[in-house]
Amino acid sequence: MSNLKYDVIVVGAGPAGLAAATVLAKAGVKVIVIERGRFAGSKNVMGGVFYSDCMKGIIDDFPGKAPVERHIIDQRIWLLDNNSFVGFNHKNELFNKKPYNCHTVFRAKFDNWFAKQAADAGALIITRTLAKEAIIENNRIVGITTGRPDGDIKADCVIIADGVNSLLAKSLGFRKEIKRESVALAVKEVIGLDEKIINDRFNVKSGEGVTIEVTGSFFNGEAMAFIYTNKKSISLGVGMVVEDLVKNKINPNDLLESFKAHPSVAPLINGGETKEYLAHLIPEGGYKEMPKLIGNGVMVVGDAAMMVDAIHREGSNLAVTSGKLAAETYIEAAKAGDFSKKSLSLYEEKLKESFVMKDLKKYKGVPALLQHNKRLLQQYPKILNNAAFEILNVNGVSKHDKEKLLWKNMKQQIGVSNLIRDLFKLWRNVG
Amino acid sequence: MIDLIKKDPDISHYKDIWVFVEQTDGKAEHVSFELLTKARELASQRNCHVAAVSVGESVSHLAEDVFKYGAEKFYIIEDEVLKDYRTEPYRDAVSELVVKYKPEIFLIGATTQGRDLSGTVATVLRTGLTADTTKQDIDPETGFLWMTRPTFGGSLMATIFCPKHRPQMSTVRPGVFKAIPLDTQTNGEIIKEKIDFSEEDIVKKILKKVISSEGNVNLGFFDVIVSGGKGIGNKENFNMLRELADLLGGTWAGSRKAVELGYIPQTRQVGQTGQTVHPKLYIACGISGAIQHLVGMQTSEIIIAINTDKDAPIFNVSTYCIVEDALKFVPKLIEQLKSMQSIRRAL
Amino acid sequence: MHALVFIKQVPDASQVRVNYETGTLIREGVPAILNPFEVHAVEEAVKIRQKFGGKVTILTMGPPQAADALKECLSRGADKGYLLSDRIFAGSDTLATSYALYEGAKKIIELEGEVDFFFAGKQAIDGDTAQTGPGIATRFNVPLVTYLIKLDEINLEEKYVIATRLTEFGQETLKVPIPVFFTVEESLNTLSHSPLPWLIKAAQSKIEILSGENVDLDKNQCGLKNSPTIVKKAFTPEKKQRGATLTGTFDEVVNQAAEKVAPFLNDAL
Ligand SMILES: Cc1cc2nc3c(=O)[nH]c(=O)nc-3n(C[C@H](O)[C@H](O)[C@H](O)COP(=O)(O)OP(=O)(O)OC[C@H]3O[C@@H](n4cnc5c(N)ncnc54)[C@H](O)[C@@H]3O)c2cc1C
Ligand SMILES: Cc1cc2nc3c(=O)[nH]c(=O)nc-3n(C[C@H](O)[C@H](O)[C@H](O)COP(=O)(O)OP(=O)(O)OC[C@H]3O[C@@H](n4cnc5c(N)ncnc54)[C@H](O)[C@@H]3O)c2cc1C
Ligand SMILES: Nc1ncnc2c1ncn2[C@@H]1O[C@H](COP(=O)(O)O)[C@@H](O)[C@H]1O
Repeated sequence: MSNLKYDVIVVGAGPAGLAAATVLAKAGVKVIVIERGRFAGSKNVMGGVFYSDCMKGIIDDFPGKAPVERHIIDQRIWLLDNNSFVGFNHKNELFNKKPYNCHTVFRAKFDNWFAKQAADAGALIITRTLAKEAIIENNRIVGITTGRPDGDIKADCVIIADGVNSLLAKSLGFRKEIKRESVALAVKEVIGLDEKIINDRFNVKSGEGVTIEVTGSFFNGEAMAFIYTNKKSISLGVGMVVEDLVKNKINPNDLLESFKAHPSVAPLINGGETKEYLAHLIPEGGYKEMPKLIGNGVMVVGDAAMMVDAIHREGSNLAVTSGKLAAETYIEAAKAGDFSKKSLSLYEEKLKESFVMKDLKKYKGVPALLQHNKRLLQQYPKILNNAAFEILNVNGVSKHDKEKLLWKNMKQQIGVSNLIRDLFKLWRNVG
Repeated sequence: MIDLIKKDPDISHYKDIWVFVEQTDGKAEHVSFELLTKARELASQRNCHVAAVSVGESVSHLAEDVFKYGAEKFYIIEDEVLKDYRTEPYRDAVSELVVKYKPEIFLIGATTQGRDLSGTVATVLRTGLTADTTKQDIDPETGFLWMTRPTFGGSLMATIFCPKHRPQMSTVRPGVFKAIPLDTQTNGEIIKEKIDFSEEDIVKKILKKVISSEGNVNLGFFDVIVSGGKGIGNKENFNMLRELADLLGGTWAGSRKAVELGYIPQTRQVGQTGQTVHPKLYIACGISGAIQHLVGMQTSEIIIAINTDKDAPIFNVSTYCIVEDALKFVPKLIEQLKSMQSIRRAL
Repeated sequence: MHALVFIKQVPDASQVRVNYETGTLIREGVPAILNPFEVHAVEEAVKIRQKFGGKVTILTMGPPQAADALKECLSRGADKGYLLSDRIFAGSDTLATSYALYEGAKKIIELEGEVDFFFAGKQAIDGDTAQTGPGIATRFNVPLVTYLIKLDEINLEEKYVIATRLTEFGQETLKVPIPVFFTVEESLNTLSHSPLPWLIKAAQSKIEILSGENVDLDKNQCGLKNSPTIVKKAFTPEKKQRGATLTGTFDEVVNQAAEKVAPFLNDAL
């Protein structure tokens, strides 16, 4: 039997696990992080916009030397139809003030950097090692087994941060197999382009970045897409709820290809060269799908706990924050030497007080709403695109007549009562 | 080891182009003649002579061939100790000749033996060595040798030269240049040197040599390679690839997946972590064409790929693309070739 | 028993893409890996240590990031890693590299004791030269065994090994006295799964940095300036075009294919 013993085992070196490990190590806690990838971030995927605020109290003076790409000053939303989009954007000089609100990042670089910070703080990062199961004694978790010889590790507390597929949370029965309607498959490409070309096409200076969130009838299903600017490349991807992919027999790669070929998208990436192709799951179930978060000697954080805000495409910041709160909880619990479920319930308290739970709760109805109401993502974007064209296309018909016509079409296609109901639901869930 | 004090530092004293004539059991390697042919072309640009150099237990009988391919001089050291290739005595013998006769350019075949030897000789001579070159030119202005070689597994080419050290050494992959004998037979001069070798001083002993037709081969030696991947399905199915290879006077090989699945030994793997090959004909059966595989074979002259997936990346480098099931296609192809062969023989 | 393994950190060549427009390599985002052949060299050295005791030391020359590759070796069971890192080595060709590594290795012998087995990979997947190993062996004037595929016997008392290497047409088995220098093939061994305590030890260990100052160097043999070979230019090879797809019925395609390969038909009986 192995005699490896630590205060805390963190499973998974993503943002959630590394935030927890850094906070713990800085407090002098003996912490070991187990990561299956070749290095932290080697297999991790994200759009990816990383929000700075959550790093407060974890890494001083973030971003400092962190490998970030561009800070975002211009955020756009597009409702996409086959040949067109209706969009609106918010660009603000205030976003050019330090500390920047958010940056695009490459997870392979970013997580690797974050892992080095955790290691410098004193955490032990072990890569190329799979965490397999929890070791349970007397109804409490006392450690984990790994896929290596002499690979058992003991600890007072295990923090589960192994991401959306969380083997460990599943094996503990904390959560069920994810439902196909609660998880989206995202495919993403990184397309290399000259820095200057990116600046020109997106109307920004070097260092400044743009995000475009896309949805709409073009996708023929409830897909979300994104286009983010990096220093010398563009990240672009499409995500769709797995249930819909299966039901409509959609190949996500085809979806991505048609997105890339869309007349509004193609010019942005024209001449670029695909450098990376990645696929990953995003938990979209939100609040309602959240698993049990604590047990005797265990806490679940980040994607493993389904903490993704599907509406704002936020995840990494929730992951970091939950990781930090779990670490703080451990530090409190260690004072009393009590790592029981009761003692760790402080983690749940902290989460409830933080934006994490507040946001997740606020939008808890959204995933289901989108899933069950085709109109929101299908018909409205179409009607809007149509309307914009009619209004802007000068063809001798008076504006007054045009508006009347549009309203008539809308009533025919959706019906007034549906329209009112949709608006109300949306207002209740998002507003 | 040779005493470097003896080496002349003045590069203007170095003349002529040398080719190392590699031999096994007294039989010369074909690549040596390819290099002699190339050396003739370089020598005419450089206005100098071509010489061959060989060491072994007995190599003087190679003179006829060596002269036929254009060498004007043949430097040799013969000694019992040199019977089989061993790095250290070969290194010392070859270095001795170079120090004494000062060639300006020294070409060696990039075979297993040539790579082993060239690295040590260049270190003894403290000169530059460019490995695995695929192109050689003389710079008309400076007279330097420009050596071009692939790096990063073939993704990038680099042209390299060696301005201040002599000889300018490079190894050349077999099959890169053609071997063409002279029209008229000319006689050259054989220059024999001696070194005081004694077997006691040579610490390395060869216990056993295995010539195998099965596992361990230098794939670079063959004009035709029939290669299989995961799509071949099992070890037995490789027999048809062997049969096709035999018919075409070539050999068989495969992808790393074929190795991992136990279809073929690792020694027959083509690619980044296997062997690099440039045959005249490469037939890829059931191989997807991962970049690690492509870098090992994409410079083949003709590539024929058979794959059920019309979008398989292997087709992007193929001369002829065949979208078929290899397991059905290859037996038919063999049948067809056999009937062509019997017709030819009948004629 | 003391084994010294020379390892190199290389860009994962499989992920390097070519920009055909500019004729350069896109190396951004390409992870650096431990050269695949050295993984097997380390494995073999550790296997020997497990059998006979002693230690395995690793040496690499490279930028500070190369420490990661050393750590990987430690997690595979090596005892200590040395990083030879100094600007003065930048741009070294193989002759200058083998010189620097030779001096580095001499320093290690001074610090860690005489070496019985030197190991290097058969070749590095970025440069593919296969010269560095033979170069170092020559400088030490120890017998060289390239393309090692099997260590048949090790006799530390009588100080010899029996080793099998690949040759052009097969393989040969050699008896060689210790110390000896090997360059290894991937087929030398199959990799084992390191126990977790090795990884933990590796993560906690410190890499020893050797700068040019720590090593007894002749500066006139170091770096780009003193490398005999010079890269005149680098360019990308022409992109291959997808060739013709043979079309028609199955039999027609067979016939076309047969025509294409017929010139190679073996006419000898
Ligand atoms: C395409 C896409 C775009 C996104 N865009 C954004 C965005 O723009 N902004 C944003 O904030 N969020 C975004 N997200 C969400 C965000 O990526 C996640 O919420 C965040 O990464 C969660 O962090 P985590 O640490 O919980 O999990 P992960 O980042 O998934 O990390 C889990 C780690 O655990 C390791 N692991 C898993 N199983 C084991 C095991 N058994 N043993 C050992 N190690 C294991 C994994 O290798 C991994 O390193 C996006 C997600 C996707 C897929
Ligand atoms: C560091 C590293 C080094 C590597 N080095 C090498 C190397 O040196 N050499 C190498 O080859 N690989 C190497 N690889 C592995 C490489 O990435 C690929 O995994 C490998 O080449 C794939 O082998 P494959 O084409 O046989 O198998 P697959 O990729 O699985 O392809 C099988 C192909 O067969 C086709 N097929 C299936 N059935 C049939 C049929 N009946 N008829 C016709 N076609 C069929 C399929 O369409 C498919 O295209 C390396 C990988 C790494 C990470
Ligand atoms: N910078 C280096 N540091 C340590 N070892 C090296 C270095 N470069 C090459 N080697 C070793 O020499 C082998 C052959 O490299 P190369 O000659 O570049 O093909 C490699 O597989 C390594 O074992």
